[in-house]
Amino acid sequence: MIGDGGSSYRRSSVRSDFVFELGRSMAEKEDVTEKWARIGMPEQEPDKRRENFEEVPLGYTPEMAVKEASRCLQCKSPSCVEGCPVEIDIPAFVQLIKEEKFDEAIKKIWEKNRLPAVCGRVCPQETQCEGRCVLGKKGRPIAIGNLERFAADLARREGIEDVSPKAEPSGKRVAIVGSGPAGLTVAADLLARGHQVTIFEALHKPGGVLVYGIPEFRLPKKIVADEIESLEKQGAEIMCNTVVGRTITIDELFDQGYDAIFVGVGAGLPRFMNIPGENLVGILSANEYLTRANLMTAYRFPEYDTPIPRGRNVVVIGAGNVAMDSARTAVRLGAETVRIVYRRSREEMPARAAEIHHAEEEGVELLLLTSPIRFLGDEEGRVAGMECIKMELGEPDASGRRRPIPIEGSEFEIVCDLVIIAIGTGANPLLTRSTEGLELNRWGYIEADPETGETSIEGVWAGGDIVTGSATVIEAMGAGRRAARSIHEHLTREGRSPESCGV
Amino acid sequence: MASGNVILNEIEAPLIAKKAKPGQFVILKAGERGERIPLTMAEADPERGTITVIYKVVGKSTELFKNLREGDSYQDAVGPLGQPTHLERVGNVTCVGGGTGVAVLYPITRGLKGAGNRVISIIGARTADRIILEEEMKSVSDELFVCTDDGSRGHHGFVTEILKKVLEEETLNLAVAVGPVLMMKLVSEMTRPYDVKTIVSLNPIMIDGTGMCGGCRVLVDGENKFACVDGPEFDGHKVDFDQLIQRLGAYESEERESSMAHRCRLDR
Repeated sequence: MIGDGGSSYRRSSVRSDFVFELGRSMAEKEDVTEKWARIGMPEQEPDKRRENFEEVPLGYTPEMAVKEASRCLQCKSPSCVEGCPVEIDIPAFVQLIKEEKFDEAIKKIWEKNRLPAVCGRVCPQETQCEGRCVLGKKGRPIAIGNLERFAADLARREGIEDVSPKAEPSGKRVAIVGSGPAGLTVAADLLARGHQVTIFEALHKPGGVLVYGIPEFRLPKKIVADEIESLEKQGAEIMCNTVVGRTITIDELFDQGYDAIFVGVGAGLPRFMNIPGENLVGILSANEYLTRANLMTAYRFPEYDTPIPRGRNVVVIGAGNVAMDSARTAVRLGAETVRIVYRRSREEMPARAAEIHHAEEEGVELLLLTSPIRFLGDEEGRVAGMECIKMELGEPDASGRRRPIPIEGSEFEIVCDLVIIAIGTGANPLLTRSTEGLELNRWGYIEADPETGETSIEGVWAGGDIVTGSATVIEAMGAGRRAARSIHEHLTREGRSPESCGV
Repeated sequence: MASGNVILNEIEAPLIAKKAKPGQFVILKAGERGERIPLTMAEADPERGTITVIYKVVGKSTELFKNLREGDSYQDAVGPLGQPTHLERVGNVTCVGGGTGVAVLYPITRGLKGAGNRVISIIGARTADRIILEEEMKSVSDELFVCTDDGSRGHHGFVTEILKKVLEEETLNLAVAVGPVLMMKLVSEMTRPYDVKTIVSLNPIMIDGTGMCGGCRVLVDGENKFACVDGPEFDGHKVDFDQLIQRLGAYESEERESSMAHRCRLDR
């Protein structure tokens, strides 16, 4: 999948009900009950950021970070840690920030998370660590994501490096397929344990969804590039332009002497609506639209060679984070109107509340309880409009969300010249189909042990969206972490020395 | 090798060369800011570790490709992508190629000949100097017809005119057509009444080539197929060519803008 927060019609996880502190500026007056007043992160003003692709939240100053960290209650049994898929020792790093020991704070985070600058930005903290924060019961939870980002950015600026002692070289080699969040985590964890890793990436640039999916204004590409460079410095080898399943197969990787293989290729097959007119020019999957914008830097066309359609009246179908990313990209590319069309109500929108808020601030309109029926084209085969029908909500369906039901006779047309379809992704069969013996579930995702990531093939692990379907960056990283642990155990298991394997 | 605006590049890419089969394609990118351009391979030599592509210069990206000199590198090359041609003995086969499509047709023709088929090939171009691989095609065909729009070589007219005769005179079991979309459409329409299965090789707009963007979706028998993973070859009798032509024109104005900007910089 693209983005970090689940596809529109899928995620059914809890939605937090607290209000965000978004958009508050430093000048904001302090609350009387200081303990409950969360320090908002300064942001680019909506009118200004509509015109550029630079990052929206600007980061904490050290003063702000210390002040926010001081609100932490340092719970004895912290539930925030339970909410973190990679179990960062949150109270400890927050305490270190409070004490202004910023370099120690980042090292504390690094113990569990190799990509804090990424996670501080794109994790859905409101349903994870922050969602469990005790402070949230009375007021606003501690801004764990903002603090993580602060520590990571400061480390980047000051050139603080991870100098934690590395294990002795084990002589084992692991192939990692896919350089997204899952693969990068596996690589970092295995390097730290002394194994050699080679990452195979199908695209020309490593980073997976972090580079092709999430826009620059939410996750600057420089951050991802730096994280990858740091992995390379630690010894990771990265092979771009290598499609496992085509250029080379899993079996051939074993033939080349890899002792274990991790598959983290993501979901990545775009879903379409399958309604009339969907192949008209100007109707793109969010995958295509965002890949053009992000991976190919098409927003700087013609300076960069890849074009991107610039719609005047843009419609984005779906209401997940990917839809928000698409809509906000369209705003920045100069659209006059950008509308999110979603068949349920605001309540059910799967995007993070923060993303919806940012999008609305930038002028994105929500057309809720509305479903497209067909697309209308002009004589050149370009999309010119969309026929929709109004919906109402019935009883909850399997996902726990109320089922949208069309209201008869409520059809209406809207004018649009660019449509982006962001209704989620399915399993990409390219690798799985070319790998004999790899068990899949009925949706085509890889069957893997949720605790270890082991698949039906001995020596092959899998994790991330290709196992779970569209999920989040941090969930993929959590899966990577568990798989790395299991791979390490496998590689160091007694009686499995290179000699006994006949290698 | 360059002849006018038709360019041949032999590219060192041992991993791709080892795997490539007739009908498959690669994606090339010239430099940091370049586009990812899909090109179906004309040749793959596992011994030399090279692949060969032949293309016509049509816009900025192919212009950049053209400017690469011997010894230069493409920044990125990925493949082999797509499904290989199904090569089997079916009997009488006609292979029809237009323009640089002949480059793609050649390894397919060779494969079909090698599988024991009787092969009648028809290749065409606008003018005699744009006919490519005539000798090579001759060497893998039982009969070869050459056509030019201006009559400067072979038959004066379109490949479809020869095809019509072949269809009338022979009992064909398979037709393969690679070339401009309009040519593939006409060939498919022509073979339909004779009930001759017709394979076409499509080259729609795409980005990743691995099934991720969906930009290359083509309507085949009323169902969306991704040319990058399901194709690039499809049953010509089932392809919605008119829609494909429209979709290929999606970025016409941007392509003009890009070419213009590029030439202006060169002129400076």
